[in-house]
Amino acid sequence: MAEPLIQLSHIYKIYMMGDEEVRANDDISLTIDRGEFVAIVGKSGSGKSTLMNIIGALDVATDGEYILGGEDVGEMSDNQLAEIRNKMIGFVFQQYNLLPKLNLLENVELPLLYAGVGTAERRERAMQSLERVGLAEKWKNLPNQLSGGQQQRVSIARALAGNPSLILADEPTGALDSRTSREVLDFFKKLNDEGNTIIIITHDNSIALEARRVVRIHDGKINFDGDVKDYAAIL
Amino acid sequence: MLQSFKLALKSIQSNKMRSFLTMLGIIIGVASVIILVSLVNSYMSYMTESFASLGTNQINVNVTNISSRSVSVDQMYEFYEEHTDMFDNMTPMVQVGTTVKHGSDTMSATSVAGVSEEYLDIKAYELEQGRNIQYSDIVSRQKVCVIGYYVAHELYGSPEKAVDETLKIGGYAFRIVGVVKRQDEEELEDGGTDDFVWMPYSCAVKMARNANIGSYTFTIMDLSSAGDATELIENFLYEIFKNDDLYRVTAMSEMLDSLNSMITMVSAGLGGIAGISLLVAGVGVMNIMLVSVTERTREIGIRKALGAKKSVILQQFVIEAAVQSALGGILGILLGSVATEAVGALAGLDAKPTPGAILISFSVSVAIGLFFGYAPARRAAGLNPIDALRSE
Repeated sequence: MAEPLIQLSHIYKIYMMGDEEVRANDDISLTIDRGEFVAIVGKSGSGKSTLMNIIGALDVATDGEYILGGEDVGEMSDNQLAEIRNKMIGFVFQQYNLLPKLNLLENVELPLLYAGVGTAERRERAMQSLERVGLAEKWKNLPNQLSGGQQQRVSIARALAGNPSLILADEPTGALDSRTSREVLDFFKKLNDEGNTIIIITHDNSIALEARRVVRIHDGKINFDGDVKDYAAIL
Repeated sequence: MLQSFKLALKSIQSNKMRSFLTMLGIIIGVASVIILVSLVNSYMSYMTESFASLGTNQINVNVTNISSRSVSVDQMYEFYEEHTDMFDNMTPMVQVGTTVKHGSDTMSATSVAGVSEEYLDIKAYELEQGRNIQYSDIVSRQKVCVIGYYVAHELYGSPEKAVDETLKIGGYAFRIVGVVKRQDEEELEDGGTDDFVWMPYSCAVKMARNANIGSYTFTIMDLSSAGDATELIENFLYEIFKNDDLYRVTAMSEMLDSLNSMITMVSAGLGGIAGISLLVAGVGVMNIMLVSVTERTREIGIRKALGAKKSVILQQFVIEAAVQSALGGILGILLGSVATEAVGALAGLDAKPTPGAILISFSVSVAIGLFFGYAPARRAAGLNPIDALRSE
């Protein structure tokens, strides 16, 4: 029943730091199916951010194959990567990354704008998206008039607006207090129940335990990949 | 595209002070181009007009008669009669260096000239009172004269009172037969436009004790034939004199041409200097756009992460630069137009900003925005989304 959305095989990302070779990702193979809720966990410097960049089509691997939704991302040009990011991936960042001079609606509209959706439809879909996160009435506000939790909800609304195959969240609760973190995590669970594929990147094991599957990265390699219950058991 | 314009306006609006300072360079550059070009243009048309009132259709001929070779009035008239298809009028000109007296009043600056009956037409003057010099006056050397308004006004009080009065010119009594309408509406003065006396050239020749006449004025039918007409006269005179040092033929329209080309050069030079300030303004735009790109690295990263292609980012920043310069251009045009009128009014010129100057300076300012905005925009478009997202 489950079909693979993400297929990473033997991914390497190698940087040169002076004369020294740094293997940020060292032979990573990973398959994630549609409808999964995965946490990628690791300490800072483990290579999890590099992996996120590759999964998010922000960067390409030095070596290895990455198939996203049946398409080979490794061979794509900058413009094709931009299109993949636009159509298939909804990003949620730690710092929300809303544009401060645009109002909420305009922020949520951005991915649709770059997808070339017409004005009327863009508006409607962005409003629906804001309704899903419960901020439709505040559409005229600027981001800095909202609390951190609200801003993160707007960024989730933006990620949802383009109806992507994958929601990729980079430390989504990193800047939030525990109560709003709870809200955001519950919201991700709800989205996952509705059938969305979600990947959360985090350094925090307690956040990782909210997912259904955990992948742990250490020194550029996967050293755990399994059900959240099994992960809880080894902690 | 439309979206990019809106974004550009928004970004300019949110950085009012910085945008204004950037635009200031363009505003000043555009305004100075318009002021300089427009003022020079209106000065040029003022010069051209005052030159044209001297008679651009005139060709002046000066000959130096020597005993072995000379040209007589009759020969000149014969030549003129043969070419009436080209020439409109012709008159001999004999300047008489003498004073004009009436009773105890003397006028020393008055220009006294012997002319033919066609001189009135050549000058395109009209009579206020009386009649013009007639052909019969010339043949019979009648001591009659036509005077300018200033002479009539000074010596007799009014043109009406002057007619049929006598005027003493170089000791001879001349009867005033006509008074010419006032030409210079602004001032009447010694040696001015209205201070003259015309007599039959036959009388003037006799008074000057000079058998041959040294100067003639032709008018041509068609301004474009000035070159041909000049050549025709020169050929005719060369046949007689066999030496081109003994005569000089000057077409007023040619002088006007050289005046025009001189002014065009001056105008281009001044415009060029003003253009340099536009160039400097362009570098200012580039600088600000580079700052703007650096400042907005994160924004660019977000946009790229959300799927903005290189071309979209490029377009956004180029349009922003172009809109900014175009706004500066429009403000510069307004400022330049107002200043042109003001300076024109001060200088007593009817100065209007010329459409050409407006068009050129506007398109140059937009082009500057596009040109100098391109490099920063390309830098923005080429940013790596990861690095851009990481920047604070």
